[in-house]
Parts: sequence; structure tokens; C-alpha cells
Amino acid sequence: MGAQLRVYRQRIRSAQTTKKITRAMELISASRIQKAQQRVAASTPYSRAVTRAVSAVATYSNVSHVLTTERENPKRAAVVIFASDRGLAGAFSASVLKESEELTTLLRSQGKEVVYYLVGRKAVGYFSFRKRASLRSWVGGTDQPEFATAQEIGEELVDVFTRDEAQGGVDEIHIVYNRFVSMVTQTPEVVRLLPLEIVEGLEAPSAEVLPLYEFEPEVDAVLDALLPVYIESRIYNAMLQSAASEHAARQRAMKSASDNADTLIRDYTRLANNARQSEITQQISEIVGGADALVSAK
Amino acid sequence: MAVLTVDVVSADSQIWSGEAEMVVARTSEGEIGILPGHEPLLAILASGEVRVTQSGGRKIVANAEDGFLSVENNQVTIVARQAELAN
Repeated sequence: MGAQLRVYRQRIRSAQTTKKITRAMELISASRIQKAQQRVAASTPYSRAVTRAVSAVATYSNVSHVLTTERENPKRAAVVIFASDRGLAGAFSASVLKESEELTTLLRSQGKEVVYYLVGRKAVGYFSFRKRASLRSWVGGTDQPEFATAQEIGEELVDVFTRDEAQGGVDEIHIVYNRFVSMVTQTPEVVRLLPLEIVEGLEAPSAEVLPLYEFEPEVDAVLDALLPVYIESRIYNAMLQSAASEHAARQRAMKSASDNADTLIRDYTRLANNARQSEITQQISEIVGGADALVSAK
Repeated sequence: MAVLTVDVVSADSQIWSGEAEMVVARTSEGEIGILPGHEPLLAILASGEVRVTQSGGRKIVANAEDGFLSVENNQVTIVARQAELAN
């Protein structure tokens, strides 16, 4: 009986230790969400301005440029997956990876070859466990992304997009990331970065025909300069959104873990009390039984 | 008279936003002045200052680096990786 009691006490202690950790992680995430959200809000005007300019050019100009025109017969597509470096964030990484699997199936069914770029240790782990290849990966700092990383990813993507197909170039670039909707909702989202698909923040073309854009110095130079800026800003925004989502997801996951630990501690305390009481009861009945036996032996 | 709506944004924040009568910026080809009613334009900025003249003559000067300028429907957007107000 004493053994049983000891086991219960051990479990209580273990749950208490876990609870301390999960509670601490919850608080850390909660304090970081604010900052991450502010960074998303601060970078949104830039991202919106760039996207707006690019889509306006794509919609209202008649130039043909890699940025604005769809390639005929696309053969290869690149998918950039934004996961996290650490787990313990609920379904955060799993939902992004699931979404990218669906995207892969879709692209393959359209006869395109899919190549991957990975951001975050969890995505890398997922791929290496399944022995699948990725072209390049970036790990570290997914919870506090830096613009320099976005720039690096952007350069790589521009390079691979402008390269010839024979030399491993791609015809499409998709990104998969968790969009921060609110503290309780983060939805995995797939965006086709190139060729341009979404005309974000831009009204549908009105009936009147807008004059064509004038470019300075000239069309090609402007669009060439715009391409990396556009990709960078979209990637940076995706990284920030993903970071904010990661913190929110972790906070929620750790909150429910702490709550579960509370329930466990309560349940095991009840069981331990029960075990202690029955131990005492048994001891008493043994003593009484023993005394009775002595009395009747006389 | 129509006025320009101007936004100056950098990679990590919005620097300035408001209405103006004239914007002067330095593109890679030289200085360009924009008044209300300007045709749609997309230009690459050379690093240098962007001067925004508000109605009433107040001037706002911003240093912009590595960016571009877009104009459409009296909406001027100055986008730069790095930008800051000079005054």
C-alpha cells in the first residue's frame, strides 16, 4: 500500500515540474506576441505598397516581363515552406506541412515537378525523416525573423526564377505560411508569389481605361529592380506573420498543457489521499485485530 | 485643386503619410517633380532626399535609399528599404 502512495506522489511531482515549464513558456510567448504583432503591423504598409505597385504594373501595362507574364507550359515549381524552429506549438508546423503536401499533390497533378525551400528546423526535420530532398534550408530565428534572412531567401528565389529551366530554374514560386488572423486563429495559407496572382488591396479595374504607366529609366530596368524588392517584401511579411502565429500557437498549446497538468495534479492528489487513508484504515484494523487475538488467547 | 496623397514607407515602418501639393524626388535619371494630375509613373529612386511640399508651404524632407516611387490617381507612394525623416 505504501508503494502505491509513493507512485502517486511521484506522478504529482512530475506533473508539477512539467507545469512550471509549460507555464513559463506560456508567459514568454504571451509577452512576445505583442512585439511580433507590432512588427507585422509595421511592415504591412511596405509590403502593401510594393505589392500594389507591382500588381498595378502587371494589370495596367502591356510590357512582357518575367514578373508580369505567365510562362507557357510551366514545368517546375518551387515551394517555400515556413515552419518553426521549435515544437511545443500545437499544430503550428504540422498544419503548414500538411498544406504544403496538398499543394504538392495539386502541382504534381498538373504535371509540374516540385522543388522545396525550407525555413525552420521543424520543416527540415520533417523532410530529412522522410528522406526527401530540399534545395536549400534556413534554420534559426523563426520566432524573431530578420530582414537580412528575407533578403537572402529573396536573392536565392530571384536567382532560381530567372535561371533557365535546363539549369534548374523554376517557373513558379509558391509560399506556404501561417497567417496571423487573431490570437486564437492562425490559418495556413498558400500564396503564389510568381507569376503574380493576387491583386492585393487593389480595386478591380474600373470601366474607364487607365493610362499606361510611364517608366523611368525604362520598363525593363524598373521591373528588374522591382522583382527582388517584391519577393523580399512578401517573404519578410510571411516570416513575420509566421513568427506571430508561432507565438500565438505556442501560447495556446502551453496554456492547455498547464491546464491539463492542473487536472492531473488534482486527480492524483485525490488518489494519493485515498491511498493514504486506506493505508491508515488497514493499519488500525490490523492493530485491533491483533489486540482481539491477544485478548481471546488469554 | 486636387492634392496628392503621399505615403513614405520603409521596410519596417511607415515613415510619413499625408496630403501634399508637390513631391520632388531624385530618380536614377535625375530629379523629378510631381504635381497633382501626374500620369501614372513608376521610377527607381537614387539614394537622396525626397522633398514633400504640403499646402501652406511646409516642407518635409526624407532620406530614402534603395527604393522606388509610384504615382497613380494622385496617390504617390515612396517605397524604400531604408528611409528616415531628415528633420
